[in-house]
Amino acid sequence: MLKHRARAVFLIIIAAAIGYWVYSSSIVGATTPASKPFRLGLDLSGGTHLVYSADISKLAAEDINDSMSSLRDVVERRVNLFGVSEPLVQIEKGGALGGGEGAYKLVVELPGVTDVQEAVRSIGATPSLEFRLVSDKDMRAFQAKISEFSSTTEQEAAYLKLFTSTGLTGRLVSKATVEFNTTTNQPVVGLAFTSEGRDLFSTITKEHIGDYLGIFLDGNPISVPVIRDQIVDGKAQINGTFTVDEAKKLVRDLNYGALPVPVSLISTQTIGPTLGAAAVNGGIKAGVISFIIIAAFLILWYRLPGFIAVIALAVYTVLVLAIFKWIGVTLTAAGIAAFILSIGMAVDANILIFERMKEELARGRGIWDAMHEGFARAWLSIRDSNISSLITGVILYYFGSNSVIKGFALVFVIGVLVSMFTAITASRMFLYAVAPGKTTKLSKFLISNGFTKSKI
Amino acid sequence: MWVVKHRKIFYTFSLLLVAACIVSLFVWGVKPGIDFTGGTLVEVSYPGGRPDQDAIAAQLSAIDSAASIRPAGEDGYIVRMKAIDQTEKAQVMEALSLKGSTQLVEKTFDSIGPVLGVEALRKSMVSIVLVILAIVLFITFAFRKVSEPVSSWKYGLTAIIALIHDVVIPIGAFSVLGHFLGYEVDTLFVTALLVVLGFSVHDTIVVFDRVRENLKHGTGKKSFEHVVGESIGQTFTRSINTSLTTLLALIVLYFVGGDTTRHFSLALIIGIAAGTYSSVFVGSPLLVTIQQWSAKRKGGK
Repeated sequence: MLKHRARAVFLIIIAAAIGYWVYSSSIVGATTPASKPFRLGLDLSGGTHLVYSADISKLAAEDINDSMSSLRDVVERRVNLFGVSEPLVQIEKGGALGGGEGAYKLVVELPGVTDVQEAVRSIGATPSLEFRLVSDKDMRAFQAKISEFSSTTEQEAAYLKLFTSTGLTGRLVSKATVEFNTTTNQPVVGLAFTSEGRDLFSTITKEHIGDYLGIFLDGNPISVPVIRDQIVDGKAQINGTFTVDEAKKLVRDLNYGALPVPVSLISTQTIGPTLGAAAVNGGIKAGVISFIIIAAFLILWYRLPGFIAVIALAVYTVLVLAIFKWIGVTLTAAGIAAFILSIGMAVDANILIFERMKEELARGRGIWDAMHEGFARAWLSIRDSNISSLITGVILYYFGSNSVIKGFALVFVIGVLVSMFTAITASRMFLYAVAPGKTTKLSKFLISNGFTKSKI
Repeated sequence: MWVVKHRKIFYTFSLLLVAACIVSLFVWGVKPGIDFTGGTLVEVSYPGGRPDQDAIAAQLSAIDSAASIRPAGEDGYIVRMKAIDQTEKAQVMEALSLKGSTQLVEKTFDSIGPVLGVEALRKSMVSIVLVILAIVLFITFAFRKVSEPVSSWKYGLTAIIALIHDVVIPIGAFSVLGHFLGYEVDTLFVTALLVVLGFSVHDTIVVFDRVRENLKHGTGKKSFEHVVGESIGQTFTRSINTSLTTLLALIVLYFVGGDTTRHFSLALIIGIAAGTYSSVFVGSPLLVTIQQWSAKRKGGK
C-alpha cells in the first residue's frame, strides 16, 4: 500500500513539474531561455503555403535526387533573403502514388507572409545572363541616326533590337567572383566559363574582333565592351558601375541563381492572421470544455475509479502537450482537433477496465481481486482496439496528401501511445494507492458504477 | 438477449439507412472540395460593408464564368472558381474590390492545381482501401485461435460489413448536406472517415473479444446465439460509454472549435454514432446469422 502511494505521489509530482514547464514555456513574450512555445502551423499562425511541381523530364534519372536537393538549397537561400522567421522549404516525392507531373514537388511555407506576389517573384526569380553581339557597322549606323528617335523609349527599343543572341548564357558560367579593377579599384564581376562555354566564347571573340559583345542581365545590357582580341582562357569580366554589394549579389545570383530544375506553381494558400488566432482560441476552448464535461461524466458514473481516471486524463493532457514541445510537432487546426478527439478516446481504456472491475465484483470477488482482474482482463480488448487506431494513424501519416492530414495523424498516434500509458499504468498506480483496503458496502459502492446494481 | 433476438429489426433499420445514403449518392452525389478537383477558394471581407453580390459576380464572370459566390459571415464573401495563377489573382482581387472602389481584406486564399487534386484523390482512395484491409487482416489474426463454431476470417468479414456500413452513412449524410447546404467532401473528410474506421472497429473488437472469452470459458452447452447475446449484454455499457466520451469531445469541438474543423467534427460525430450502432446491433448479431447459415448448409448436405 505504502509502496503504491509513494509511486503515485512521485508520478503526480513529475506530471505537475512537466505541466508547469509546459505552461511557463508557453507564455507569449516570455524572455527566459527556457521559453519554448508550441509550434503553430501556417493555418494557425497565418502565412503562405506554396507548392511547386518540378519538371524533371529533362533530367537523367540518376541526377534527379541531386538536382532536387540543389533546387531546395537555392530556393531556401532565396527564401532566407526574404527575412521570414522559420521558413520551411522541402522536397516531396510523390513516389509510386504520386506519378505523372506531380511526382516531385517543392513545398515552401512562409509564416507571416501574406504578400504572395512578392514571395512568388523572389522564389521564381531567375537572373538570366546572356551575351549578345552587335556588329561594329550596325552600331555606327544606329549612332548616326540617334537624333531621329522621337522618344527615349523608342530609342531604347531600337537599340535592343540591334543585338543578336550568341547562345552564350549564364548556363555556361561555371563560377562568378567579385574582383576589383586594378586601376580604378571599381568592383567588377569575374566570370569563368565551363569548357563548352570557353570554346564558344573563344569562337565568338575570334570571329567578331572589333564588334561589340553586350552582357545582358535579365534582358538589360549592363556593359557593352568592344572585342579587341580572341579570348581563349574562358574568362571574362563584367565592368558595370557596380557598388560592392551589387557585385556581390550578382555573383551570388550567378553562382546559385538559376534554378537547377524548372518549377511551376501549382498551389497557393494564404491564411490571414486573424483566422488562425480564432482557430487557436476555439481549439483551446473546445479542449478545456470537453475535458470538464468528460471529467464530470467519469466521476458521476465511475465514482472513485472515475476520479482516478480524471487524474490520469490530466496526466495524459500534460504529457501529450509536453511531447508536442519536445519533438516539435507543428500544430494545425486538424492537429488540435485530433488532440481533442484523443481526450475523448484516452479514457476508453479506463472505461473498459472499470466495467470489468464491476463485473468481477459482481462475481463475488473482493475489491483488490476485482481490481487486479479488471486490469488484467481488459488488457486484450485495449490492446486490440489501440492497434486498430495505430494502423489508421500510421496509414494516414504515410498516405496523407498534405501537411494538414499528416499533422492530424501524428497527433493521433502520439495520443494513442500516451493514453496506453496513462489509462493503464498510471491509472493502476493511482487506484492502488487510494483503493479502500476492506471490502465493505461503502467501498463496493465507490468502486462500482452506473445506475443499476452490478449484475450480469 | 434482445439485441440478437430482434436482430432483423436492427438489420432493417441499417439497411434502410444505407439504402437511403446510396440513393442520395446516386442522385445528388457529393460536392468534392477544391483539394480534389483543383480550383480556387478565396474568402474576403469588406470592413466598410459588403457590396452587392451581383456586382461582384458581373466583374468576376470576365475571368471565370463558372465562378460561384456566396456570402460568408457578416461582411464577406467566399468565391470558388478555377485554379488561377498570380497574374489572374491580381485580376480577381481587383474584381472583388470592384476595381478598387471598395476596401477589402483578403482572409484566405487557396488555389490548388488540378494535378495536385488528382494526387490527393488517389492517395485518399489508397488509404481507405489500405485501412480496411489492414484492419480486417488484423482482426482475422487476433481471432485466429477462435475457430469454433465460426472461423476467424468470418469475424473479419463481419467487421468489413460493419465498416462499410459506418463509412457509407457519413458519406450519404454529406451527400444530403452537400445538396442542401453546400457541404463539401475534402481531404479532411476522408481523414474523418479513416478515423471512423479505426474507431468503429474498437467497439466491434470489444464485443468480439468477449465472445472469444465466453466461448473459451463456456461449458460448451450454450448455443452460439446465446453466447453472442450474453457477450453483447456484458459489453453494452462500455460500448456506449467509450463512444459517449468521444462523442462529447467531438460535439464540443463542433460547437466551439471554430469553422476550420466544424464539418470535420460533424463527419466524425455521424460516423462514430453509426459505428457504435453497427458494432452492437449489426456486427455481432451478424456473427450469429452467419453461423446459422453455415450450420444450415452443413445440415442440408
